[in-house]
Amino acid sequence: MSEDVILKVRDVYRTYDIKGGLFKKASTLTAVKGVSLDVERGTTLAVVGESGCGKSTLARMLTMIDAQTSGSIEIDGLPIDISKTGISKEMRQKVQIVFQNPYGSLNPRQKIGHVLEEPLLLNTDMAPAERQDLALQMLQKVGLQPEHYGRYPHMFSGGQRQRIAIARAIMMKPRLLVLDEPVSALDLSVQAQILNLLADLQDEMGLTYVFISHDLSVVRYIADKVMVMYFGEVVEYGTRDEVFNNPQHDYTKTLFAATPRADVDSIRKRLAAKAA
Amino acid sequence: MSLLEIRNLKVEFDTAKGPFKALDGVDYTVDPGEVLAIVGESGSGKSVAMLATMGLLPSSATITADKMDFEGLDLRTLSQKEKRKVIGKDISMIFQEPIASLNPCFTVGFQLGETLKAHTELKGRQIKERVVELMTSVGIPDPAGRLNAFPHQMSGGQCQRVMIAMAIACAPKLLIADEPTTALDVTIQKQILDLLVKLQQDSGMGLIMITHDMGVVAETADRVIVQYKGRKMEEAGVLSLFESPQNPYTKALLSALPENATGDRLPTVSDFAEAGGF
Repeated sequence: MSEDVILKVRDVYRTYDIKGGLFKKASTLTAVKGVSLDVERGTTLAVVGESGCGKSTLARMLTMIDAQTSGSIEIDGLPIDISKTGISKEMRQKVQIVFQNPYGSLNPRQKIGHVLEEPLLLNTDMAPAERQDLALQMLQKVGLQPEHYGRYPHMFSGGQRQRIAIARAIMMKPRLLVLDEPVSALDLSVQAQILNLLADLQDEMGLTYVFISHDLSVVRYIADKVMVMYFGEVVEYGTRDEVFNNPQHDYTKTLFAATPRADVDSIRKRLAAKAA
Repeated sequence: MSLLEIRNLKVEFDTAKGPFKALDGVDYTVDPGEVLAIVGESGSGKSVAMLATMGLLPSSATITADKMDFEGLDLRTLSQKEKRKVIGKDISMIFQEPIASLNPCFTVGFQLGETLKAHTELKGRQIKERVVELMTSVGIPDPAGRLNAFPHQMSGGQCQRVMIAMAIACAPKLLIADEPTTALDVTIQKQILDLLVKLQQDSGMGLIMITHDMGVVAETADRVIVQYKGRKMEEAGVLSLFESPQNPYTKALLSALPENATGDRLPTVSDFAEAGGF
Protein backbone atom coordinates (compact mmCIF):
# COMPACT_ATOMS: atom_id res chain seq x y z
CA MET A 1 0.00 0.00 0.00
CA SER A 2 2.62 2.50 1.09
CA GLU A 3 4.74 2.17 -2.07
CA ASP A 4 1.66 3.07 -4.04
CA VAL A 5 1.58 6.55 -2.52
CA ILE A 6 3.04 8.75 -5.21
CA LEU A 7 2.64 12.13 -3.55
CA LYS A 8 3.25 12.52 0.14
CA VAL A 9 2.94 15.96 1.71
CA ARG A 10 3.50 16.50 5.41
CA ASP A 11 2.71 19.66 7.36
CA VAL A 12 3.62 22.10 4.61
CA TYR A 13 3.58 25.83 5.28
CA ARG A 14 4.14 28.70 2.91
CA THR A 15 4.48 32.24 4.17
CA TYR A 16 5.04 35.40 2.17
CA ASP A 17 6.69 38.49 3.61
CA ILE A 18 4.79 41.66 2.92
CA LYS A 19 7.12 44.64 2.79
CA GLY A 20 6.36 47.53 5.04
CA GLY A 21 6.02 51.04 3.69
CA LEU A 22 6.22 54.50 5.14
CA PHE A 23 3.04 54.03 7.15
CA LYS A 24 2.81 50.28 7.15
CA LYS A 25 4.66 47.72 9.19
CA ALA A 26 6.13 44.69 7.47
CA SER A 27 4.05 41.57 8.05
CA THR A 28 3.84 38.00 6.95
CA LEU A 29 0.99 36.25 5.18
CA THR A 30 0.57 32.52 5.60
CA ALA A 31 -0.95 31.23 2.37
CA VAL A 32 -0.78 27.53 3.21
CA LYS A 33 -1.00 26.38 6.81
CA GLY A 34 0.10 22.86 7.67
CA VAL A 35 -1.25 20.86 4.73
CA SER A 36 -0.73 17.08 4.76
CA LEU A 37 -1.96 14.71 2.10
CA ASP A 38 -1.33 11.40 0.33
CA VAL A 39 -2.21 10.58 -3.24
CA GLU A 40 -2.07 7.03 -4.53
CA ARG A 41 -0.89 6.04 -7.99
CA GLY A 42 -3.52 6.34 -10.71
CA THR A 43 -6.01 8.23 -8.58
CA THR A 44 -7.28 11.80 -8.57
CA LEU A 45 -7.21 14.16 -5.63
CA ALA A 46 -9.41 17.21 -6.04
CA VAL A 47 -8.52 20.38 -4.15
CA VAL A 48 -11.53 22.66 -3.72
CA GLY A 49 -11.74 26.17 -2.38
CA GLU A 50 -12.50 29.78 -3.20
CA SER A 51 -10.11 32.45 -4.39
CA GLY A 52 -7.42 33.16 -1.83
CA CYS A 53 -7.70 29.83 -0.04
CA GLY A 54 -4.17 28.76 -0.99
CA LYS A 55 -5.00 26.06 -3.52
CA SER A 56 -2.88 27.55 -6.28
CA THR A 57 0.00 28.19 -3.86
CA LEU A 58 -0.15 24.50 -3.03
CA ALA A 59 -0.03 23.69 -6.75
CA ARG A 60 3.02 25.94 -7.19
CA MET A 61 4.85 24.11 -4.43
CA LEU A 62 3.97 20.67 -5.79
CA THR A 63 5.25 21.66 -9.23
CA MET A 64 8.45 23.24 -7.92
CA ILE A 65 7.60 26.74 -9.09
CA ASP A 66 7.77 27.92 -5.50
CA ALA A 67 9.50 26.52 -2.41
CA GLN A 68 7.72 25.58 0.78
CA THR A 69 8.66 27.50 3.93
CA SER A 70 8.58 24.36 6.06
CA GLY A 71 7.31 20.81 5.86
CA SER A 72 8.13 17.99 3.48
CA ILE A 73 6.96 17.08 0.00
CA GLU A 74 7.84 13.71 -1.49
CA ILE A 75 7.00 12.78 -5.07
CA ASP A 76 7.46 9.16 -6.05
CA GLY A 77 9.93 8.66 -3.22
CA LEU A 78 11.97 11.73 -4.10
CA PRO A 79 12.07 14.50 -1.48
CA ILE A 80 11.40 17.94 -2.92
CA ASP A 81 12.76 21.06 -1.28
CA ILE A 82 13.93 23.41 -4.00
CA SER A 83 15.11 26.15 -1.66
CA LYS A 84 17.79 23.78 -0.33
CA THR A 85 18.63 21.35 -3.10
CA GLY A 86 17.52 23.08 -6.30
CA ILE A 87 15.79 21.23 -9.09
CA SER A 88 17.23 18.29 -10.96
CA LYS A 89 16.07 16.98 -14.32
CA GLU A 90 14.86 13.87 -12.57
CA MET A 91 12.57 15.96 -10.35
CA ARG A 92 11.26 17.93 -13.32
CA GLN A 93 10.30 14.76 -15.06
CA LYS A 94 8.12 13.50 -12.26
CA VAL A 95 5.64 16.36 -12.12
CA GLN A 96 4.05 18.66 -14.68
CA ILE A 97 1.32 21.26 -14.60
CA VAL A 98 -1.59 22.40 -16.79
CA PHE A 99 -2.84 25.93 -16.19
CA GLN A 100 -6.29 27.44 -16.29
CA ASN A 101 -5.99 29.82 -19.19
CA PRO A 102 -5.02 28.06 -22.41
CA TYR A 103 -4.66 31.45 -24.13
CA GLY A 104 -1.99 32.68 -21.75
CA SER A 105 -0.01 29.51 -21.28
CA LEU A 106 1.15 29.01 -24.89
CA ASN A 107 3.77 31.19 -26.58
CA PRO A 108 2.01 32.86 -29.53
CA ARG A 109 5.19 32.77 -31.66
CA GLN A 110 5.97 29.12 -31.14
CA LYS A 111 4.63 26.42 -33.44
CA ILE A 112 2.72 23.62 -31.75
CA GLY A 113 5.32 21.06 -32.73
CA HIS A 114 8.01 23.06 -30.98
CA VAL A 115 5.79 23.58 -27.95
CA LEU A 116 5.60 19.83 -27.58
CA GLU A 117 9.28 19.16 -28.33
CA GLU A 118 10.68 21.76 -25.97
CA PRO A 119 10.44 19.64 -22.78
CA LEU A 120 12.38 16.89 -24.58
CA LEU A 121 14.94 19.34 -25.94
CA LEU A 122 15.61 20.72 -22.46
CA ASN A 123 15.56 17.52 -20.46
CA THR A 124 16.81 14.76 -22.76
CA ASP A 125 19.45 14.38 -25.48
CA MET A 126 17.10 12.83 -28.02
CA ALA A 127 17.73 13.22 -31.73
CA PRO A 128 15.51 15.77 -33.53
CA ALA A 129 13.79 13.12 -35.65
CA GLU A 130 12.94 11.11 -32.57
CA ARG A 131 11.50 14.20 -30.85
CA GLN A 132 9.33 14.90 -33.83
CA ASP A 133 8.03 11.35 -33.84
CA LEU A 134 7.07 11.58 -30.20
CA ALA A 135 5.39 14.95 -30.72
CA LEU A 136 3.33 13.59 -33.61
CA GLN A 137 2.30 10.58 -31.56
CA MET A 138 1.30 12.85 -28.71
CA LEU A 139 -0.86 15.03 -30.99
CA GLN A 140 -2.79 11.93 -31.96
CA LYS A 141 -3.11 10.83 -28.36
CA VAL A 142 -4.81 14.05 -27.26
CA GLY A 143 -7.18 14.04 -30.21
CA LEU A 144 -5.41 16.45 -32.59
CA GLN A 145 -4.18 15.84 -36.14
CA PRO A 146 -0.60 15.48 -37.45
CA GLU A 147 -1.13 18.56 -39.66
CA HIS A 148 -1.50 20.66 -36.49
CA TYR A 149 2.25 20.20 -35.91
CA GLY A 150 3.27 23.31 -37.84
CA ARG A 151 0.49 25.64 -36.74
CA TYR A 152 0.56 28.52 -34.26
CA PRO A 153 -1.56 28.77 -31.09
CA HIS A 154 -3.87 31.50 -32.45
CA MET A 155 -5.17 29.04 -35.04
CA PHE A 156 -6.72 26.87 -32.33
CA SER A 157 -9.87 27.10 -30.22
CA GLY A 158 -9.76 27.20 -26.42
CA GLY A 159 -10.49 23.50 -26.10
CA GLN A 160 -7.81 22.56 -28.64
CA ARG A 161 -5.30 24.76 -26.84
CA GLN A 162 -6.05 23.03 -23.59
CA ARG A 163 -5.40 19.72 -25.38
CA ILE A 164 -2.03 21.11 -26.48
CA ALA A 165 -1.22 22.22 -22.93
CA ILE A 166 -2.06 18.74 -21.67
CA ALA A 167 0.03 17.15 -24.43
CA ARG A 168 3.01 19.33 -23.49
CA ALA A 169 2.62 18.36 -19.85
CA ILE A 170 2.66 14.63 -20.52
CA MET A 171 5.52 14.69 -23.06
CA MET A 172 7.97 13.83 -20.29
CA LYS A 173 5.75 10.98 -19.07
CA PRO A 174 5.35 12.49 -15.60
CA ARG A 175 4.12 10.49 -12.62
CA LEU A 176 2.06 13.33 -11.28
CA LEU A 177 0.05 15.90 -13.20
CA VAL A 178 -1.19 19.01 -11.42
CA LEU A 179 -4.23 20.51 -13.14
CA ASP A 180 -4.96 24.05 -11.99
CA GLU A 181 -8.59 24.75 -12.96
CA PRO A 182 -8.08 23.12 -16.37
CA VAL A 183 -11.69 23.40 -17.53
CA SER A 184 -12.87 26.62 -15.85
CA ALA A 185 -12.28 28.76 -18.93
CA LEU A 186 -14.01 26.34 -21.30
CA ASP A 187 -17.56 25.98 -22.57
CA LEU A 188 -19.69 23.22 -21.16
CA SER A 189 -19.46 20.91 -24.15
CA VAL A 190 -15.71 21.44 -24.51
CA GLN A 191 -15.31 20.88 -20.80
CA ALA A 192 -16.89 17.44 -21.23
CA GLN A 193 -14.40 16.59 -24.00
CA ILE A 194 -11.40 17.61 -21.90
CA LEU A 195 -12.65 15.70 -18.85
CA ASN A 196 -13.08 12.61 -21.05
CA LEU A 197 -9.57 13.06 -22.42
CA LEU A 198 -8.13 13.32 -18.91
CA ALA A 199 -9.94 10.14 -17.88
CA ASP A 200 -8.62 8.29 -20.97
CA LEU A 201 -5.04 9.43 -20.35
CA GLN A 202 -5.25 8.38 -16.73
CA ASP A 203 -6.33 4.87 -17.71
CA GLU A 204 -3.76 4.59 -20.44
CA MET A 205 -0.69 6.03 -18.74
CA GLY A 206 -1.51 5.38 -15.09
CA LEU A 207 -1.28 9.10 -14.36
CA THR A 208 -1.95 10.55 -10.95
CA TYR A 209 -3.85 13.85 -10.87
CA VAL A 210 -4.06 16.68 -8.42
CA PHE A 211 -7.09 18.50 -9.76
CA ILE A 212 -7.65 22.02 -8.51
CA SER A 213 -11.13 23.37 -9.02
CA HIS A 214 -13.86 25.49 -7.56
CA ASP A 215 -16.59 23.66 -9.47
CA LEU A 216 -18.12 21.01 -7.25
CA SER A 217 -20.01 19.22 -10.00
CA VAL A 218 -16.77 18.65 -11.92
CA VAL A 219 -15.03 17.51 -8.74
CA ARG A 220 -17.76 15.06 -7.96
CA TYR A 221 -17.41 13.61 -11.42
CA ILE A 222 -13.63 13.25 -11.58
CA ALA A 223 -12.24 12.87 -8.03
CA ASP A 224 -11.41 9.84 -5.94
CA LYS A 225 -10.46 11.92 -2.92
CA VAL A 226 -11.47 15.47 -2.11
CA MET A 227 -9.73 18.10 -0.03
CA VAL A 228 -11.48 21.35 0.87
CA MET A 229 -9.31 24.35 1.75
CA TYR A 230 -10.35 27.52 3.51
CA PHE A 231 -7.94 30.37 4.33
CA GLY A 232 -4.90 28.16 3.83
CA GLU A 233 -6.11 25.35 6.01
CA VAL A 234 -7.54 21.97 5.14
CA VAL A 235 -11.03 21.85 6.59
CA GLU A 236 -12.17 18.62 5.01
CA TYR A 237 -10.25 15.67 3.57
CA GLY A 238 -11.65 12.30 2.62
CA THR A 239 -12.94 10.10 -0.16
CA ARG A 240 -15.38 11.66 -2.58
CA ASP A 241 -18.38 9.86 -1.14
CA GLU A 242 -17.45 10.75 2.45
CA VAL A 243 -17.09 14.42 1.65
CA PHE A 244 -20.14 14.75 -0.59
CA ASN A 245 -22.50 12.58 1.44
CA ASN A 246 -21.48 13.63 4.89
CA PRO A 247 -19.63 16.97 4.99
CA GLN A 248 -18.34 17.73 8.50
CA HIS A 249 -17.10 21.30 8.40
CA ASP A 250 -19.46 24.27 8.28
CA TYR A 251 -17.61 25.79 5.35
CA THR A 252 -18.03 22.64 3.25
CA LYS A 253 -21.74 22.68 4.01
CA THR A 254 -21.97 26.35 2.98
CA LEU A 255 -20.12 25.56 -0.22
CA PHE A 256 -22.50 22.73 -1.10
CA ALA A 257 -25.55 24.84 -0.24
CA ALA A 258 -24.32 27.66 -2.50
CA THR A 259 -23.75 25.47 -5.56
CA PRO A 260 -26.62 25.97 -8.01
CA ARG A 261 -28.68 22.88 -8.55
CA ALA A 262 -29.85 22.02 -12.04
CA ASP A 263 -32.21 19.16 -11.24
CA VAL A 264 -35.94 19.17 -11.88
CA ASP A 265 -36.94 18.75 -8.22
CA SER A 266 -35.13 21.84 -7.02
CA ILE A 267 -36.54 23.91 -9.90
CA ARG A 268 -40.03 22.74 -9.00
CA LYS A 269 -39.42 23.65 -5.36
CA ARG A 270 -38.16 27.10 -6.29
CA LEU A 271 -41.12 27.83 -8.57
CA ALA A 272 -43.54 26.67 -5.88
CA ALA A 273 -41.88 28.95 -3.33
CA LYS A 274 -42.09 31.86 -5.77
CA ALA A 275 -45.77 31.31 -6.53
CA ALA A 276 -46.62 31.21 -2.81
CA MET B 1 -48.30 44.30 -23.47
CA SER B 2 -44.85 42.87 -23.23
CA LEU B 3 -42.06 45.01 -21.88
CA LEU B 4 -39.55 44.27 -24.60
CA GLU B 5 -40.45 42.80 -27.94
CA ILE B 6 -37.88 42.09 -30.60
CA ARG B 7 -38.67 40.36 -33.87
CA ASN B 8 -36.19 38.85 -36.30
CA LEU B 9 -33.07 40.47 -34.87
CA LYS B 10 -30.01 40.14 -37.11
CA VAL B 11 -26.51 41.36 -36.32
CA GLU B 12 -23.66 41.29 -38.80
CA PHE B 13 -20.07 42.33 -38.26
CA ASP B 14 -17.81 43.58 -41.02
CA THR B 15 -14.57 41.67 -40.84
CA ALA B 16 -11.52 41.45 -43.08
CA LYS B 17 -12.89 38.16 -44.38
CA GLY B 18 -16.28 39.63 -45.24
CA PRO B 19 -19.48 39.93 -43.21
CA PHE B 20 -19.87 37.65 -40.20
CA LYS B 21 -23.36 36.81 -39.01
CA ALA B 22 -23.35 36.89 -35.21
CA LEU B 23 -27.10 36.69 -34.85
CA ASP B 24 -29.47 35.32 -37.42
CA GLY B 25 -33.14 36.20 -36.97
CA VAL B 26 -33.94 35.70 -33.29
CA ASP B 27 -37.09 36.85 -31.49
CA TYR B 28 -37.16 37.96 -27.86
CA THR B 29 -40.03 38.97 -25.64
CA VAL B 30 -39.94 39.84 -21.96
CA ASP B 31 -43.00 40.56 -19.86
CA PRO B 32 -42.95 42.85 -16.84
CA GLY B 33 -41.95 40.89 -13.73
CA GLU B 34 -40.52 38.03 -15.73
CA VAL B 35 -37.06 36.47 -15.53
CA LEU B 36 -35.83 35.40 -18.95
CA ALA B 37 -32.59 33.47 -19.21
CA ILE B 38 -30.62 33.47 -22.45
CA VAL B 39 -28.22 30.56 -22.35
CA GLY B 40 -25.57 29.44 -24.79
CA GLU B 41 -21.87 28.80 -25.25
CA SER B 42 -19.36 31.35 -26.44
CA GLY B 43 -20.19 32.51 -29.95
CA SER B 44 -23.89 31.80 -29.56
CA GLY B 45 -24.75 35.51 -29.84
CA LYS B 46 -26.33 35.77 -26.42
CA SER B 47 -24.48 38.92 -25.39
CA VAL B 48 -24.55 40.48 -28.86
CA ALA B 49 -28.36 40.40 -28.86
CA MET B 50 -28.62 42.46 -25.70
CA LEU B 51 -25.75 44.80 -26.62
CA ALA B 52 -27.59 45.47 -29.89
CA THR B 53 -30.74 46.29 -27.94
CA MET B 54 -28.81 48.69 -25.72
CA GLY B 55 -27.04 50.24 -28.71
CA LEU B 56 -23.62 49.37 -27.33
CA LEU B 57 -22.16 47.61 -30.37
CA PRO B 58 -19.31 49.16 -32.36
CA SER B 59 -19.96 50.78 -35.72
CA SER B 60 -18.71 47.68 -37.57
CA ALA B 61 -21.97 46.00 -36.60
CA THR B 62 -25.06 46.14 -38.79
CA ILE B 63 -28.22 45.64 -36.79
CA THR B 64 -31.56 44.94 -38.44
CA ALA B 65 -34.85 43.92 -36.89
CA ASP B 66 -38.48 43.84 -37.98
CA LYS B 67 -39.50 45.10 -34.59
CA MET B 68 -37.66 46.38 -31.55
CA ASP B 69 -40.13 47.82 -29.09
CA PHE B 70 -39.60 48.75 -25.48
CA GLU B 71 -42.95 49.61 -23.87
CA GLY B 72 -44.32 50.57 -27.26
CA LEU B 73 -41.32 52.80 -27.96
CA ASP B 74 -39.54 51.89 -31.18
CA LEU B 75 -35.86 51.63 -30.25
CA ARG B 76 -34.80 51.53 -33.90
CA THR B 77 -35.97 55.05 -34.73
CA LEU B 78 -34.83 56.81 -31.56
CA SER B 79 -32.02 59.32 -31.92
CA GLN B 80 -28.92 58.86 -29.78
CA LYS B 81 -30.07 61.64 -27.49
CA GLU B 82 -33.50 60.18 -26.99
CA LYS B 83 -32.04 56.74 -26.51
CA ARG B 84 -29.79 57.96 -23.70
CA LYS B 85 -32.89 58.99 -21.76
CA VAL B 86 -34.13 55.42 -21.85
CA ILE B 87 -30.87 53.52 -21.54
CA GLY B 88 -29.52 53.66 -18.01
CA LYS B 89 -32.89 54.73 -16.67
CA ASP B 90 -35.59 52.36 -17.85
CA ILE B 91 -33.26 49.72 -19.24
CA SER B 92 -30.02 49.10 -17.44
CA MET B 93 -27.33 46.51 -17.64
CA ILE B 94 -24.70 44.87 -15.47
CA PHE B 95 -21.64 43.10 -16.79
CA GLN B 96 -19.41 40.18 -16.04
CA GLU B 97 -16.32 41.92 -14.67
CA PRO B 98 -17.45 44.08 -11.78
CA ILE B 99 -14.04 45.55 -11.01
CA ALA B 100 -13.37 46.44 -14.65
CA SER B 101 -16.82 48.01 -14.99
CA LEU B 102 -16.10 50.65 -12.36
CA ASN B 103 -13.81 53.62 -12.89
CA PRO B 104 -10.75 53.15 -10.67
CA CYS B 105 -10.19 56.91 -10.31
CA PHE B 106 -13.46 57.78 -8.58
CA THR B 107 -15.10 56.64 -5.37
CA VAL B 108 -18.04 54.30 -5.64
CA GLY B 109 -20.26 56.90 -3.99
CA PHE B 110 -19.42 59.43 -6.71
CA GLN B 111 -20.01 56.92 -9.49
CA LEU B 112 -23.39 55.95 -8.07
CA GLY B 113 -24.30 59.62 -7.81
CA GLU B 114 -23.48 60.23 -11.47
CA THR B 115 -26.35 57.98 -12.58
CA LEU B 116 -28.75 59.92 -10.40
CA LYS B 117 -27.42 63.26 -11.65
CA ALA B 118 -27.96 62.20 -15.25
CA HIS B 119 -31.45 60.82 -14.94
CA THR B 120 -33.18 62.43 -11.94
CA GLU B 121 -33.86 65.88 -10.52
CA LEU B 122 -32.10 65.10 -7.24
CA LYS B 123 -29.43 67.54 -6.01
CA GLY B 124 -26.52 67.53 -3.53
CA ARG B 125 -27.57 66.13 -0.20
CA GLN B 126 -30.55 64.28 -1.71
CA ILE B 127 -28.22 62.41 -4.04
CA LYS B 128 -26.02 61.37 -1.16
CA GLU B 129 -29.01 60.15 0.82
CA ARG B 130 -30.32 58.16 -2.13
CA VAL B 131 -26.86 56.63 -2.73
CA VAL B 132 -26.69 55.44 0.88
CA GLU B 133 -30.21 54.07 0.51
CA LEU B 134 -29.21 52.18 -2.65
CA MET B 135 -26.06 50.76 -1.08
CA THR B 136 -28.13 49.58 1.88
CA SER B 137 -30.62 47.88 -0.42
CA VAL B 138 -27.89 45.84 -2.14
CA GLY B 139 -26.48 44.76 1.20
CA ILE B 140 -23.20 46.64 1.47
CA PRO B 141 -22.19 46.79 5.14
CA ASP B 142 -21.57 50.30 6.57
CA PRO B 143 -22.89 52.07 3.43
CA ALA B 144 -22.24 55.61 4.67
CA GLY B 145 -18.62 54.71 5.41
CA ARG B 146 -18.13 52.95 2.06
CA LEU B 147 -19.24 55.99 0.05
CA ASN B 148 -15.66 57.21 -0.15
CA ALA B 149 -14.13 53.83 -0.94
CA PHE B 150 -12.41 53.30 -4.28
CA PRO B 151 -13.21 50.17 -6.31
CA HIS B 152 -9.81 48.61 -5.55
CA GLN B 153 -10.59 48.76 -1.86
CA MET B 154 -13.60 46.50 -2.32
CA SER B 155 -13.87 42.81 -3.13
CA GLY B 156 -15.28 41.48 -6.42
CA GLY B 157 -18.60 40.62 -4.79
CA GLN B 158 -18.84 44.11 -3.25
CA CYS B 159 -18.09 45.75 -6.61
CA GLN B 160 -20.81 43.68 -8.26
CA ARG B 161 -23.20 44.91 -5.55
CA VAL B 162 -22.21 48.48 -6.40
CA MET B 163 -22.86 47.77 -10.10
CA ILE B 164 -26.28 46.39 -9.22
CA ALA B 165 -27.01 49.44 -7.07
CA MET B 166 -26.05 51.64 -10.02
CA ALA B 167 -28.26 49.64 -12.37
CA ILE B 168 -31.33 49.86 -10.13
CA ALA B 169 -30.71 53.49 -9.12
CA CYS B 170 -33.49 54.85 -11.33
CA ALA B 171 -35.87 51.92 -10.74
CA PRO B 172 -35.50 50.43 -14.24
CA LYS B 173 -38.30 48.48 -15.83
CA LEU B 174 -35.85 46.07 -17.41
CA LEU B 175 -32.52 44.91 -16.05
CA ILE B 176 -30.12 43.00 -18.28
CA ALA B 177 -27.49 40.98 -16.42
CA ASP B 178 -24.71 39.70 -18.67
CA GLU B 179 -22.99 36.82 -16.86
CA PRO B 180 -23.23 38.69 -13.56
CA THR B 181 -21.65 35.97 -11.43
CA THR B 182 -19.18 34.25 -13.74
CA ALA B 183 -16.16 35.96 -12.20
CA LEU B 184 -17.26 35.31 -8.63
CA ASP B 185 -16.82 32.49 -6.13
CA VAL B 186 -19.71 30.07 -5.59
CA THR B 187 -20.75 31.40 -2.19
CA ILE B 188 -20.64 35.00 -3.47
CA GLN B 189 -22.49 33.91 -6.62
CA LYS B 190 -25.29 32.59 -4.44
CA GLN B 191 -25.54 35.92 -2.58
CA ILE B 192 -25.60 37.95 -5.81
CA LEU B 193 -28.21 35.71 -7.48
CA ASP B 194 -30.40 35.84 -4.37
CA LEU B 195 -30.06 39.63 -4.34
CA LEU B 196 -30.99 39.98 -8.02
CA VAL B 197 -34.03 37.74 -7.66
CA LYS B 198 -35.14 39.56 -4.50
CA LEU B 199 -34.81 43.00 -6.15
CA GLN B 200 -36.66 41.72 -9.19
CA GLN B 201 -39.52 40.35 -7.11
CA ASP B 202 -39.77 43.44 -4.90
CA SER B 203 -39.82 45.90 -7.80
CA GLY B 204 -41.57 43.79 -10.41
CA MET B 205 -39.03 44.69 -13.11
CA GLY B 206 -38.24 42.41 -16.01
CA LEU B 207 -34.89 40.64 -15.74
CA ILE B 208 -32.83 39.14 -18.55
CA MET B 209 -30.07 36.81 -17.36
CA ILE B 210 -27.40 36.05 -19.93
CA THR B 211 -25.39 33.04 -18.84
CA HIS B 212 -23.63 29.88 -19.90
CA ASP B 213 -24.26 28.17 -16.60
CA MET B 214 -27.22 25.79 -16.51
CA GLY B 215 -27.14 25.92 -12.70
CA VAL B 216 -27.71 29.69 -12.74
CA VAL B 217 -30.60 29.19 -15.19
CA ALA B 218 -32.18 26.58 -12.95
CA GLU B 219 -31.88 28.82 -9.90
CA THR B 220 -33.30 32.03 -11.36
CA ALA B 221 -35.26 31.82 -14.61
CA ASP B 222 -38.95 31.63 -15.42
CA ARG B 223 -38.43 31.16 -19.14
CA VAL B 224 -35.33 30.12 -21.07
CA ILE B 225 -34.02 30.74 -24.57
CA VAL B 226 -31.24 28.39 -25.71
CA GLN B 227 -28.99 29.78 -28.44
CA TYR B 228 -26.34 28.18 -30.60
CA LYS B 229 -24.26 29.88 -33.29
CA GLY B 230 -26.55 32.89 -33.50
CA ARG B 231 -29.78 30.99 -33.78
CA LYS B 232 -32.49 30.14 -31.30
CA MET B 233 -32.55 26.43 -30.62
CA GLU B 234 -35.33 26.24 -28.09
CA GLU B 235 -37.56 28.44 -26.00
CA ALA B 236 -39.44 26.98 -23.06
CA GLY B 237 -40.46 27.39 -19.44
CA VAL B 238 -37.62 26.53 -17.10
CA LEU B 239 -39.27 23.39 -15.74
CA SER B 240 -40.23 21.91 -19.08
CA LEU B 241 -36.78 22.73 -20.49
CA PHE B 242 -35.02 20.71 -17.79
CA GLU B 243 -37.71 18.02 -17.62
CA SER B 244 -38.20 17.35 -21.29
CA PRO B 245 -35.82 19.27 -23.58
CA GLN B 246 -37.09 19.13 -27.15
CA ASN B 247 -34.13 20.31 -29.19
CA PRO B 248 -31.14 17.96 -29.66
CA TYR B 249 -28.72 20.76 -28.76
CA THR B 250 -30.49 21.43 -25.45
CA LYS B 251 -30.42 17.72 -24.72
CA ALA B 252 -26.70 17.69 -25.48
CA LEU B 253 -26.01 20.65 -23.20
CA LEU B 254 -27.93 19.14 -20.32
CA SER B 255 -26.30 15.75 -20.60
CA ALA B 256 -22.83 17.33 -20.75
CA LEU B 257 -23.37 18.58 -17.19
CA PRO B 258 -21.06 16.52 -14.98
CA GLU B 259 -23.79 16.13 -12.35
CA ASN B 260 -26.00 14.37 -14.89
CA ALA B 261 -23.26 11.91 -15.82
CA THR B 262 -24.48 8.36 -15.80
CA GLY B 263 -21.74 6.28 -17.37
CA ASP B 264 -17.97 6.49 -17.42
CA ARG B 265 -17.83 9.10 -20.13
CA LEU B 266 -19.50 12.44 -20.47
CA PRO B 267 -21.50 12.81 -23.66
CA THR B 268 -20.29 15.80 -25.65
CA VAL B 269 -22.21 18.13 -27.90
CA SER B 270 -20.51 16.71 -30.98
CA ASP B 271 -21.90 13.24 -30.15
CA PHE B 272 -25.35 14.76 -30.49
CA ALA B 273 -24.53 17.00 -33.43
CA GLU B 274 -24.20 14.03 -35.78
CA ALA B 275 -27.47 12.49 -34.63
CA GLY B 276 -29.39 15.75 -34.27
CA GLY B 277 -28.07 17.42 -37.38
CA PHE B 278 -27.41 20.95 -36.06
